[in-house]
Amino acid sequence: MKIVVAIKQVPDRDEPVRIDSAGKWIDESDLQFAMNEPDAHALEEALLLKEKSGDDGSEVIVLSAGPERVATTLREALAKGADRALHILADDLASRDALGVAQLLAAAIRPEKPDLVLTGLQSEDLGQGQTGVILAELLGLPHSTLILHVDKIASGIEVKRELEEGWYQTIQLPTPAVLTIQSGGNKLRYATLMGIKRAKNKELRAIAAAGLVSTAPPTVVLEKLSLPQRKKSTQMLEGTPKQAAAALVEKLRTEARAL
Amino acid sequence: MNNVLVVLEQRAGRIARIGWEALTAGVQLSGAGSLTVAVLGTDTEAQATEAATRTSGKIVRVEHALLAAYTPDGYTAALEQIIQSESPTHVVFPHTYQVRDYVPALAARFGTVLIGDVIAIESGPVFTRQLMQGRLNGNYRHSGKGPCFLSVQAGAFAAAAQAEGAASISSFTPVIDAAQIRTRPSEPFRAEAQTVDLGSAQTIVGVGRGIKSADNLPLIEELAAALGAELAASRPICDAGWLPMERQVGSSGQTVAPRLYIAAGISGAIQHTVGMKGSQCIVAINKDPDAPIFEVADYGIVGDLLEVVPALTEAVKAAKQ
Repeated sequence: MKIVVAIKQVPDRDEPVRIDSAGKWIDESDLQFAMNEPDAHALEEALLLKEKSGDDGSEVIVLSAGPERVATTLREALAKGADRALHILADDLASRDALGVAQLLAAAIRPEKPDLVLTGLQSEDLGQGQTGVILAELLGLPHSTLILHVDKIASGIEVKRELEEGWYQTIQLPTPAVLTIQSGGNKLRYATLMGIKRAKNKELRAIAAAGLVSTAPPTVVLEKLSLPQRKKSTQMLEGTPKQAAAALVEKLRTEARAL
Repeated sequence: MNNVLVVLEQRAGRIARIGWEALTAGVQLSGAGSLTVAVLGTDTEAQATEAATRTSGKIVRVEHALLAAYTPDGYTAALEQIIQSESPTHVVFPHTYQVRDYVPALAARFGTVLIGDVIAIESGPVFTRQLMQGRLNGNYRHSGKGPCFLSVQAGAFAAAAQAEGAASISSFTPVIDAAQIRTRPSEPFRAEAQTVDLGSAQTIVGVGRGIKSADNLPLIEELAAALGAELAASRPICDAGWLPMERQVGSSGQTVAPRLYIAAGISGAIQHTVGMKGSQCIVAINKDPDAPIFEVADYGIVGDLLEVVPALTEAVKAAKQ
């Protein structure tokens, strides 16, 4: 089975978020970046599928679009066990909408003719949760989203899909297919020292975005970023943990009457 | 002038409440223009009758034998055709798992992108949605030639009120071939019997990533015990197996509205807050003063939960003596 995993590099979750001077994006200077966590679960599912299939020539290819720094995240994926990596070099992702980015990814995926395309259900920065579904449309493939588990069956694959409020569903799809992976279905592995060593010799191919596809101007534009307004006037309780805790209990008893 | 199509969603034969919220957003967008409501299925009579209690506009019953169970292929094909037929300027959906599953493909088919999880609509129209795990708001504008697709977040708009006047109900039969439906869904199921009913709890202590390790969970359990509270968690804690899935609060877990909800080490991403923002009193404890959980909190303490929670347990015990 040949599996392509589309991965996004996003600002590390613990990094402070500052709006840049133009007010249209975040200030990326001095930011630490990391692999989008749902994409890490997609990679894990791909590696598990490859391991389950034994030594049948299965291949896991990781794919990411973005500037130079994205190569670090691709190397991390190679160290965890992916076989090779494709890096669409693009410095202008923020000026493309989700369709424009998916067009780039689709153009890089097509010549690979994979059996399966996996990606996380959403990114931790924009959180649009659309890339996988748009990819399926562009590639003309069946898809399913919010997938916790993938099994190979004779007619293709069988997946466990998460529904709302604790419900699930089993879905059968023919391959090739596109799946977006939900977190919680598998446990992420760490890269081993051996894996990190091996990754240095694995293929990481850069592809110029300009040569891939001519994208139409975006139809949906992010005009302005702002800090959310507090809906409630939150009373912040100061002091040492002990002082703040005592003040909170007093407020909960006398003011909120919630104790 | 906006011509708006609102697509409702049914759950067990009834219109899902979030659909009425999408209807409110649709009415706001349509202004003096027209409003059409679509219901989909094999037999949509009950859905259409229910929809007619909340709108006096036009209702279209989109019916086909292949729409009996939801599939992304069936719904995308049906909606593509009703959109071509109605030529709306805006198509409004509730932001549900089902909508997330197929509307991005539908929008792509019209050469555009869904503006998903919208929390507010200003004149323009300018659509606001959250980014960076709820830490920022972004204002989006649609500029393409085709229709603008949007989905609204649960709870962001009030549910549409009872309508006065009769709606006009018509039928639309899309052309769908069985070969177009590529996925085979089974009946939905629940993994295990639910033994915890967080919905009826008066007090809940919710724990998130700030707990850092399962070894620290006793701190939270002691606070819950002192308060007589149920224990709940955000998704990462249940994903890690530190607490069972049935204690998860949020879009993929339970929705709760207790008298008191204490969020300890929970940053406040949308996926969690949709499940608890209706609580009467919310307390947030987080080391990051900019964590979005403070936006929905009545009381906040900035600090490490490993220090604040034990202090709070002691203070609660002292107060109850």
